[in-house]
Amino acid sequence: MEEDVINEILASYRGDRCELVPILQEVQENLGYLPEQVMAKIARFLKIPESHVYSVALFYAQFRLLPLGRKRVAVCRGTACHIRGAPEILKNIEKSLGIKEGETSEDLEYTLETVACIGCCALAPCIRINKDVFGNMTSQKVEKLFSSMSGRGKNGK
Amino acid sequence: MENKIKILICQGTGCVSNGSEQLYELLKINIEEKYHDKNIQLKRTGCHGFCQQGPLIVIEPEGIFYTKVKQEDVEDILKSTMGVIKPVERLLYVDPTTNKPVIHYKDISFYRKQQRSILHYCGVIDPKDITDYVGIGGYSALQKALSKMNPDEIISEIKKSGLRGLGGAGFLTGRKWESCKNALSDIKYVICNADEGDPGAFQDRSVMEGNPHSIIEGMIIAGYTVGAQKGIIYVRAEYPLAVKILKIAIEQARHEGFLGEHILDSDFSFDIDIFQGAGAFVCGESTALVRSIEGKRGIPKPMPRARTTEEGLWNKPTLLNNVKTFANIPLIINHGADWFAQIGTDKSKGTAVFSLTGKVVNCGLIEVPMGTTLREIIFDIGGGIPNKKRFKAVQTGGPSGGCLPAEMLDLPVDFDSLKQAGSIMGSGGLVVMDENTCMVDVARYFLDFNQRESCGQCIPCRLGTRQMFSILDDITQGKGRHGDIELLLELSESIKSASICGLGKTAPNPVLTTIRYFRDEYEAHILEKRCPAGVCSIRGDL
Repeated sequence: MEEDVINEILASYRGDRCELVPILQEVQENLGYLPEQVMAKIARFLKIPESHVYSVALFYAQFRLLPLGRKRVAVCRGTACHIRGAPEILKNIEKSLGIKEGETSEDLEYTLETVACIGCCALAPCIRINKDVFGNMTSQKVEKLFSSMSGRGKNGK
Repeated sequence: MENKIKILICQGTGCVSNGSEQLYELLKINIEEKYHDKNIQLKRTGCHGFCQQGPLIVIEPEGIFYTKVKQEDVEDILKSTMGVIKPVERLLYVDPTTNKPVIHYKDISFYRKQQRSILHYCGVIDPKDITDYVGIGGYSALQKALSKMNPDEIISEIKKSGLRGLGGAGFLTGRKWESCKNALSDIKYVICNADEGDPGAFQDRSVMEGNPHSIIEGMIIAGYTVGAQKGIIYVRAEYPLAVKILKIAIEQARHEGFLGEHILDSDFSFDIDIFQGAGAFVCGESTALVRSIEGKRGIPKPMPRARTTEEGLWNKPTLLNNVKTFANIPLIINHGADWFAQIGTDKSKGTAVFSLTGKVVNCGLIEVPMGTTLREIIFDIGGGIPNKKRFKAVQTGGPSGGCLPAEMLDLPVDFDSLKQAGSIMGSGGLVVMDENTCMVDVARYFLDFNQRESCGQCIPCRLGTRQMFSILDDITQGKGRHGDIELLLELSESIKSASICGLGKTAPNPVLTTIRYFRDEYEAHILEKRCPAGVCSIRGDL
């Protein structure tokens, strides 16, 4: 299954080494992270050393080498968010979910991460859950959002 | 046609997060059910700029401006649009000084003092429909350039306009183009830097989401001028909506013959691809950006090195400009260099686009002529500081910039005066801070950012920023020591002079400016173990 997905992705590329970043992005989009054997396979496909794939994957903030939760919660750490209380929001979410920044819950339901800036600064502080942005966050909103989300797994809005 | 009623609904990231997609669907259903015989056009647009008041709906031709619209308001909006009832008062923007509702957006102070040229059509046209852009004269600059101007004429026009790179450094655009045109090579590239990595800035995202064709048109003209065949838009993967809209725009431009072989039946061929940046702030630096497209780690090339315009992507001459720089090109070609040069100051021409955020009443995206003072931006357009708090500082230029105090409020905002004040123009983030913001915490915040984003190649930046961060961290925890300020200053000087790239060279700026203008706050933390703003949790606050 995973094998098929990877083969299908690779088939749409030429095998040029400059395609490394887009390939990693597409693989991660499909699998949620970059498993070691998949990186090895990409290295063979592009005819580059495995160490090169690994070093590029480590360099960019976007890439994950461990499986992620089904819901990726990203707390914005941008300047506007910071001065409007993002550190407090992060703490609240860490408390609600019982995991720290960078961690994934054991049931693989949530991953909590921080991002440099979502670009929604006028609605600071904001967070993103998968692809949905939630602005003007408060501790009450955090509570509401995560109690409703843990219920049926339906996203908040 | 003239009197056709248009309902414009903003679909920028900010408004979408407040439910504007659902509002659009609801409006559509309602119009189809109840008003299908009326001449109403429902249109999804890009960002209006006043994101904080979103979701936003504008009713044209009158320009009625509705804010914070909810699903239950849809029926009243339609009724009032059809003239059944008056404008829906509860959805109008209330002026905070007069406490009166304002009906038309042009009368709102946030918009009244702006001069929108790059943003002029953001929030007016449908970014997913190229006919809208063509309808407002889009791609006529390309037509003019290809049929009536040769590359040298274009370069001289841009030089005459005085346009400077709006990514932050402010290099003269015409000179850059000339250098790339003069580089000898059959293969050249044009890259649009849309890797808007500054935290606290979203102006490039808004232009991409609101008027993508203006960027594409600028890039095609650049390609024709310097002799490139291929363009790449390097956009952050964190901006999924911008990526989606750009993809649609490129596809439509190809279909209409503005991209591809023999553009507009000329001999010139040019195409554009999108490359998604994978999240590294340092990739805003030209050589790092180029390396990351080549599939490598995004690490800047050390000096001395050839200019990117001579040796860039795949070692070929490469023209790299920011989103807003490209968006200005069609305007200059259409209206002429003289028109452009009359906007702004002596040395900084044109307009500046800012993301105005933080502790300010009106947050959003604004555009003003270069040389507008910080006071006008923050107090006239931004409406001042909320909750009757006192203004303390404004941060410009992101992690490479600095914090300017109240004494600097009358500083005209342009490349040179900001630099003189110890900050930079940067790509356009303006974060306002009030008395409850701790300046040492802000400095710590930026150094934390910079040390995380340091690529690790050169020691001054990799270790220096880390040391500065840990000193600042200590100070905010009440563990500051005598001499820490001097140590920070000394480290700053070494990092500035010895780092390889712009990230390192500017990384100490947030610390230098906060020490320069807010030294007393540092001293309070260090000597009195006290945070005057009450932000830092220092044990046993005195």
